[in-house]
This record gives sequence, structure tokens and C-alpha cells, in this order.
Amino acid sequence: MAKITLSNLAHSYIENPTKPEDYALRKIDHEWTDGEAYALLGPSGCGKSTLLNIISGILTPSEGKILFDEKDVTTETTANRNIAQVFQFPVVYDTMTVKENLEFPLKNRGASKEYIEKRVASIAKSIQVEDILNKKARGLTADAKQKISLGRGMVREDVNAILFDEPLTVIDPHMKWELRTQLKTLHKELGHTMIFVTHDQTEALTFADKVVVMNVGCVLQIGTPEELFKKPAHTFVGYFIGSPGMNFFDVELEGNIAKLDDKQIELNYSYEKTSKKIELGIRPEFVTLTNNSNDIKIEIDRVEDVAHHKIVRALLNGKKVNIIVPEDEKVTEDMTYISLDKDKINIYVDSWLVEGEKIS
Amino acid sequence: MSLELKNVSMKVDGQTYIYNTNLTLQKGTMNVLLGRTLSGKTTLMRIMAGLDVPTTGQIIWNDKDVTGMRVQDRKVAMVYQQFINYPTMTVYDNIAAPLKIMGKSREEIDEAVKKTAKLMKLSEMLDRKPLELSGGQQQRCALARSLVKGSGLVLLDEPLANLDYKLREELREEIPKMFKESGAIFVYATTEPEEALLLGGNVATMWEGKITQFGETAQVYHNPKNAITAKVFSNPAMNFLRFTKKGDQIYYGKNEQRLIHDALKKIDDGDYLAGFRPNHLQLEQEDGHLIRFEAHLNVTEITGSETFLHMTHCDDNWIGLIHGVQDLEYNAKLNVYLNTRHIFVFSTDGDLLHTASYAEGR
Repeated sequence: MAKITLSNLAHSYIENPTKPEDYALRKIDHEWTDGEAYALLGPSGCGKSTLLNIISGILTPSEGKILFDEKDVTTETTANRNIAQVFQFPVVYDTMTVKENLEFPLKNRGASKEYIEKRVASIAKSIQVEDILNKKARGLTADAKQKISLGRGMVREDVNAILFDEPLTVIDPHMKWELRTQLKTLHKELGHTMIFVTHDQTEALTFADKVVVMNVGCVLQIGTPEELFKKPAHTFVGYFIGSPGMNFFDVELEGNIAKLDDKQIELNYSYEKTSKKIELGIRPEFVTLTNNSNDIKIEIDRVEDVAHHKIVRALLNGKKVNIIVPEDEKVTEDMTYISLDKDKINIYVDSWLVEGEKIS
Repeated sequence: MSLELKNVSMKVDGQTYIYNTNLTLQKGTMNVLLGRTLSGKTTLMRIMAGLDVPTTGQIIWNDKDVTGMRVQDRKVAMVYQQFINYPTMTVYDNIAAPLKIMGKSREEIDEAVKKTAKLMKLSEMLDRKPLELSGGQQQRCALARSLVKGSGLVLLDEPLANLDYKLREELREEIPKMFKESGAIFVYATTEPEEALLLGGNVATMWEGKITQFGETAQVYHNPKNAITAKVFSNPAMNFLRFTKKGDQIYYGKNEQRLIHDALKKIDDGDYLAGFRPNHLQLEQEDGHLIRFEAHLNVTEITGSETFLHMTHCDDNWIGLIHGVQDLEYNAKLNVYLNTRHIFVFSTDGDLLHTASYAEGR
């Protein structure tokens, strides 16, 4: 296992990049802690696969360096980097049994028979395939095959890192729960450095210690799931994390007073004056529907009952606003106002989070 | 206008893909087929489309038997998971393609294309090629083509499965609105319960080639008629517990027992299956008729706003969904509580006997 350092790393698929848009991956300087689980999260085209391919050695970055511990591996081949990879679609040898598939990476590295036996038994137990160990992989369902791919990715203890490229995309929702939990349990047991690429926020948030949120080639924030939820560093992170994402309103700011159309909202923090674009961000979870005419007037478009809560889709002066209402609460016709939980308000200037000064 | 499946079944090489099925779908409705992979959703859609002929039974379209009629001769449209567009043609020509084949006049085509494009929010992009569009727009283009010829029956087989999470969220919100205006019968296959709830309309839950329940989507979610439906229509899946009722006590797990006060009092002595949703398990022991479970916490997953608890109670694996970020010790004993108003009571065969009292009247 190893610490992975990205040093002034950037990549462009064009020969002489001049402007930021020419880069598929814009400059990133970061250290990945040994033994942690990371998720690279973002929409397609955000640069997450480019970054993963640089770490795995499929791609040589056009700028900067990548180090495993203190060793520069920027130009090393994938084979020399000592990493394991799991891909979107299961890669198993159909003619081999499940057991032989799991043994394969260890045999390749010349491990002893006793060790292989012990190690495969333990992995088989973790991914719950003990009952099919002697079955040929051919004919197994896609879910089962992907389980074996995951097991094979994790069977070697001496790898520098394990990379997962959307490994659960083709899996049924109910199996995702199972595989994700097994991955998580294995991570706790083995302490490998793991990097997991996905466009699915639930997957990223539940799997990773730290989530790297990316958009158009930029790393916007690296944080714990809780940080991403409470304090998204950029409006895109606020929108992308959460379902539905954070609400944003254009406001004017004067000290600790935010002016939203004709309403004044008193904030807990005071902010510096600026002529830039200011937005107030608040998650649908922290907006409350009320029937108090002193609150902010909205128009309800519709109410969606989604399992354990309701999503109220509404308009505030023509702009969309989402409100989450708990399962047991009724939405009545006179509830056409909202109040905002002051403690949960974030302020964004030119799309980036700014911290204010606490009002004493 | 209606589509009726009468005693339809499908067998291939002695293996049953679809068991005897009766289903009637009405004009202007959204009908979701919800089930796991291999539950029979695609097979059923292919039968509805006329791509496959059922082994038994009839397909009645507007009171006319169309069983065995070729798909070309029916007015149906189908959209697949992998969105299909003509890459060398503009969005306009992509949408217009079915109308050109039908030999419509230029004016008719122009009017229909523009109207459908507006519905699908593609008006600004009619001159572009599909590959210049985002994934969501490409799929909207494919959807527009399926709508433009005014098919009475539009079949969508997991149309959002290949899209990014956030795009899916947006299209799920838009699709019901767009389709309401077209008046056709929509059939929409998905593996995801949230998707079914967001689409609304009706849902048919499927399990191993059978429709386990059909009805208004929110109704089916809140009042599943059997344990299988409850399991299929819950993500994460519903938790189950076997228990025995004897007098005013219930017995469960390893000789745990509890005095009962409420709804459970009504049922006869005997063995039952209790079902309850992950979000109804709680960590606090507040007032109310709570049952305490001593579970073993295997692992937790934190999303930032919620925490999923993966635990084992006796031999059952349960999932709990708790608000907020919970820092709990792994691999340790954990007490969880359940309010009895959240318990669905099933027979040991899985038939619903008593709906959870919180869900009554929903």
C-alpha cells in the first residue's frame, strides 16, 4: 500500500494547450493518504476517468508528476505500478472455476500454495461466494461475475492501490447494497488505498472516506460526505450532491442582511461588500413549508411522494425551489410560504463558498 | 383506447418467462413495470409491442385482437436503454424520420416535429447533430422520435439507465409532464423504486415472471398486498422478521418477547412475518409502542445527510436508514427500535394480513 501524490498534475489531449478549456484535467496538487477510500465523483466528461487512467498508468499526464510513496511513477507502465483494477463490466475467465479465478492474481505473482489457499478462502467468505467456489464462471449472473471481479481485485494484499471504475453501474439496485457493503467491510479489514470512480452520489458518499467532486476538468472540493452536504465549496457541489440538490437564490447582501426580492433575511454571519454575483444556498432538507404570511411566498407546482419523504416542487418568483417534507407531515393548501433554517444557510460569491464573520 | 393482455403467458424451451397474466392499460396513462433484472419486464414489453408472440393468450388493442400481428403493422414505439439516433442526421431529421417513412407531407412533418421538440425541450437544438448534444439531450431526441408519430402505445425499456445520475433526476421529473400531454399509453420498465415513485401513474411490480400487484403507484408503495411486492418496491429492501403471537405477547428472535398493546392485538394466535421499512427503524427510545431489537451492527454508510446501518438480527440482514450523521461502533451490539404502527403483518406465505397503521388511508 502506498501514499499517492499528484504533483502539479494536468492533462490535455491537445498538443499545445493554451487556455483552461483545452485541459481534460486542470492542474491538481494533492496527496492521497495511505489506506483511505476515495471516490471520484462527477458527471460524464468531468475528467474523473482521465485522472483514474493517469493513476493506473494507462495515460501519461502531459504535465506534472505522480508519485507512489516517494517514487516517481509518472512514466511507469501499469504492470510496474503494482495496482489492482476492477472495471465497469465483469472480467472473469469463463472456463475457470470461481476459485481458480480468485487464485489467478496470486499464482501469477508466485505465491505459496498454503498462502493462496488461506487467502482465497478468506476473500470468498467476505464476498459470500463460498457455495459456488467450484462452479465454472460461465453461466453465472452478471452480478455474481462482478462479485468475483471485485474479489479478484482485492485478493492481493501487497498492491499499492485498488482502482474501481464504475464497478456497480451494471448491477441491480438491491445487489448494489450488498456489494457496496462487502467492499466497505473489506476496506475496513484490509486497509487498502482505494479509489472509486462513479457518477452516482450515493455510491460515492457511502463508499468513501473522502469524496473528490469534479466538473469540467476541475477538482471543486475534496471532503467527507458530511462536509459536502453541509458546506459545499462550490454551487456545483451543492447541486450535484443531494437529491434534489441545494436551492440557490440570487440575493443582495448588506452586512448580515440578505435581501431576497422584497424580503429581508437576517443571517448568523456578516459578509464583506462585493459587486460580484451573490447567491444564498440552502438544502431542501432545511426549508420548511409554512402558512405564515410573514415568511417567503412561493407557488407550489406539485408534491411528489417519494418513499420516506415528500418533495415539494415550487416556484419563488418564477425560480425553482425544492422543499423536503417528512413522511408524516401533511401538506395543506394554505402552506404557500417557506422559512429557511438560518443555521444551514451558505453564501456563495461567483459560485464559491465564502465564510462570513460571526455576529456576536 | 386501451391495451389488454388476456391470459398471456410465455414459455421458451420449456422454461416459463411469463406466467398467466391479465392486465389492462388505459389511454393516457403512465404504467411502470418495476422489477429486478430477469423478472420478465422486457419479455412482457416485447409481447405488448408485437415483437414476440405469446405462448398463450391474447393481446387486445382497442377491442381488436392483435395477437400475432406484426410489429410494423401496429402503432407502437419502443425506446431502449441504449439511446439510438442517426448520427449523421440533424436532430430535426432524426425526429422527422418516422414521419418521412410514413409518407407525410412536409407541412405535416414540420408541424409535428416542432411540437414534439418543444415538448422535449429540444427546440433550440434542431440543427445540431446528436453527438453535439449531452447524453440527456440525446435520449430526449430518441424519446421525441418515439412520440412524434402519435403511437398509441409507447414502450420505454429502462430509458434512463445509461444516463448520469443528475441527468436521470432531471428527466424523471420532466418525463411525466411531457407524456401527460401526448395521450398515449406509456409502459416504462425500471429496476428502481425511486424512479417508479417519481414517474407516478400506475405500477405493476414483477417477480420471477409474475405481476405481483398492479395499481396506482403511491398506493402500491404504501399498501403492498404481499411481502414480495413490499420487497421489490423498497430501496433498500424491506426488512422482515418472523414472529409468533400468543395471547397478549409476541415472541421473536432468540426467545425475545414483548407485551403488545395495539393493532397487533387484533390478530389471531399463530406464526407471522412482520415487514418494516429501513427508515422506520430508529435509535432513540421515545414514547410510543416501541419494540426493541438487539442487533449486530456490521457496517455503516454515511451519505452526509443520512446514515445507513447494515445489521444482523438473528439470521436476518436488516438495513436501517437514520437521519443525520451517526458515528457508531462497527462490529458491535446495537439496540434499534421500531414503532408498531410501522409494522406490516404478512402470513408466513407472504400475503398481507394487516397493513401498517401509519399507511392506512394513503
